[in-house]
Amino acid sequence: MRVSRPFIALGLALGLAALPAAASDLKDLYFGEALYHALQGQYFEALQRLDTELAMYRGIDQPELDTLHYHINNAEFSVGDFELNYRMHQRAGRAIKAVLEGNVDEPVRNEAAFRLARIHFQKGQFDDAQLALGRIQGVVPDSIKDDIEYLRANIDMATGKPAEAVAVLQQIRNNPGLAGFVAYNLGIALLQSGHQQDAIEQLDKAGRLTPADPASLAIRDKTNLVLGTILFESANFERARQILDRVRLEGPFSNQALLRAGWSETQSKHYDSALVPWNILVNREPTDSAVQEAMLAVPHAYASLNLHGRAAITYGRALELYSSQIEKIDASMDSIRKGLFLKALVREESREDETWVIRLRSLPDAPETYYLMELMASHDFQTALHNYLDLEDLRSKLTEWKTSLDAFDDIIRLRAENYDPLLPGVDASFKELDARMRLRLEQRKQLARRLQAMLTAPRPEFLATSEERLALDRIALAEKQIGDSNSPESLGLRQRAARLRGAITWRLETEYNDRLTAAHAHLKELNTQVDELTGQYEAFVRSRQAATHSYVGYDKQIEQLRKRVGDALENVDSLMDRQGQMIETVAINRLDSRRERLTAQQTEARFGVADSYDRAAREQVGSEEH
Amino acid sequence: MSAQGRFNIVRWMLVAMFVVAATAAFAQNAPKDNTSQGLDEQVQDIKSDVLSIGAELNQLEEKLLYPSGTQVAIFVSVAKGDTMRLDAVRLQIDGRLVAHHIYSAKELEALRKGGVQRIYIGNVTTGDHQLEVLMDGKADSGADFSRTEHFTVRKEVKPKMVGLTLAGPGSSATPIALGEW
Repeated sequence: MRVSRPFIALGLALGLAALPAAASDLKDLYFGEALYHALQGQYFEALQRLDTELAMYRGIDQPELDTLHYHINNAEFSVGDFELNYRMHQRAGRAIKAVLEGNVDEPVRNEAAFRLARIHFQKGQFDDAQLALGRIQGVVPDSIKDDIEYLRANIDMATGKPAEAVAVLQQIRNNPGLAGFVAYNLGIALLQSGHQQDAIEQLDKAGRLTPADPASLAIRDKTNLVLGTILFESANFERARQILDRVRLEGPFSNQALLRAGWSETQSKHYDSALVPWNILVNREPTDSAVQEAMLAVPHAYASLNLHGRAAITYGRALELYSSQIEKIDASMDSIRKGLFLKALVREESREDETWVIRLRSLPDAPETYYLMELMASHDFQTALHNYLDLEDLRSKLTEWKTSLDAFDDIIRLRAENYDPLLPGVDASFKELDARMRLRLEQRKQLARRLQAMLTAPRPEFLATSEERLALDRIALAEKQIGDSNSPESLGLRQRAARLRGAITWRLETEYNDRLTAAHAHLKELNTQVDELTGQYEAFVRSRQAATHSYVGYDKQIEQLRKRVGDALENVDSLMDRQGQMIETVAINRLDSRRERLTAQQTEARFGVADSYDRAAREQVGSEEH
Repeated sequence: MSAQGRFNIVRWMLVAMFVVAATAAFAQNAPKDNTSQGLDEQVQDIKSDVLSIGAELNQLEEKLLYPSGTQVAIFVSVAKGDTMRLDAVRLQIDGRLVAHHIYSAKELEALRKGGVQRIYIGNVTTGDHQLEVLMDGKADSGADFSRTEHFTVRKEVKPKMVGLTLAGPGSSATPIALGEW
């Protein structure tokens, strides 16, 4: 876990660089929601949200009108980032390739190429990583310039080109964010390219840096440990010890440094000096391999100082420790075989923070995880473990969805029970109302047409009141009754009727404009009511449609989803079994190899006890003879 | 322990250190065996499959529970650069409590970095609705504060999205700003 930190830190920094600065820059709320999940490490939820948003964006006719359009490059990047963080390298690579091949600006394309290279590198596909870096041309965002070079150097080192890596690393050695890592890798690259003296000088410089953050302090400790070991190997024991003394006593490399510092002293026959670091070490965590090694080294030093009695006692202590540790390992192996390790791994409280692996030890029935720390730090084990935990999360999700689908079935059934008896009656009433409404609307349309026509072809009689129309009808009837006789009486009556008709016609003609204006005003008033009615009508139609849509047509979809959930659950179960078995086997193998080492040490301690007692006895006899 | 034995241990440690050294630089390039690689790919495949099931299920849920005609979604974000500690947000629509969220440190950090939380999704009829927003928190000075705002939100036929941007007392931004989509 420790060794991968530099990369984890680098990955995060890059991921966050793609986010909008704050909510005020955000135009698409759902994209913001995806970020909200991602920023909490909920990559499944983030991907689910962003996948849906991107699918909708790609499916619309005018995507430039969609709010996601403002963030589309960022969203395409983010989806790749989220996939990468959710350990979906295949899809992440595809997403980033899509950005690379899209119509994007140079800096965006270059960042995509860098991310793609990083994915290939993490997967051990160094040639592809190299090719992806080769696509970087033109403007490169300042924030990733040095990261690109750092990655290039790492690829060079991985592909056996340390000399090229040296040249690249020397260009970025002043980057404060990468200082410790660059300085360390530069030393290793020099060593790999055969410049041992330069490598020693470089590692010496790297081991003197004074960083403040824990990751850089750890890499400095590691640098000093490596340098101390190189110097030991070159028989430069005094300097090796001085360098090893630089390793912090409380750091993660402290135990190994103390052990080697002791060995450096013994090479110069300074056994008493060797006992100083080793006696610190033997009081530390007894499961640590350096501590176990020191348990044998201490009596060896006493024996070399001819203190055979002390040697016999300390060999005896070592023997006790090895026996108890072998028992502990046996119990751990037994616990793993019973499946308790996997159970402990998936417990929610054991995953709350970074120290969860250590805290696993305090869980009842969990195996001794200290022996598995190195194993757990390895990339393959981490991948297997994360996969197992991800599968467990998927299993809970799928189980929950199964319940949701049952709940959906219930909702649909209850809605059907409610609506089925109601809707036929509602539909019948609506049909009647609909017919009446259509008729009235048609009448209104006709009226509107007529009034429009009367603007150009005046028809005053159309604007007569019902009283006037009645009067005109009565006049027409009277005229018919009068007939066309030429008698003076009839003539008089016809003239009276004509006068009456004339009076009404006069009124109709003279009031025509006012009446037409009033008729238009009335029609306009009617429009408001008609609009309101149309609104109600449409609302009813929507509600009616919603009622049907709320329970009709889901059966097939739910059935298909239920099947997919069931299949996926089966698949997850089977993969979990296989993944779990793999984790258990690897863990047991690791414990087995530690057990073998402890057994060998136990034998050596037994021999040491006997030998020391013999020597002590001989010494006593010798001194008595003298 | 013999000198040769010790030397072997040292040699072994040295080799181990170079492996460690190399893994520091190439943290991810340890060779993988075929079984683990095959399993890893299968896990990636099942993740893809479950993601697609999840997306379809979300759509189904939205259609069934929050049809577009009545759907209203309310989102919460924090104003740019604001450092207040948001403790809780409470929402009432037309006098009815619809959401009450208490923020964890992780959630608050996500909001500060530009994330947007969908705090509520539900159904309302078309027309005007009264939205009451109450936020509780701690100002930079450490003093508790509480703000309440009332808004009128108009729901039309399409789904309604309401964005609330929150700011603490030390900010020049409006304490509770409403944006509609």
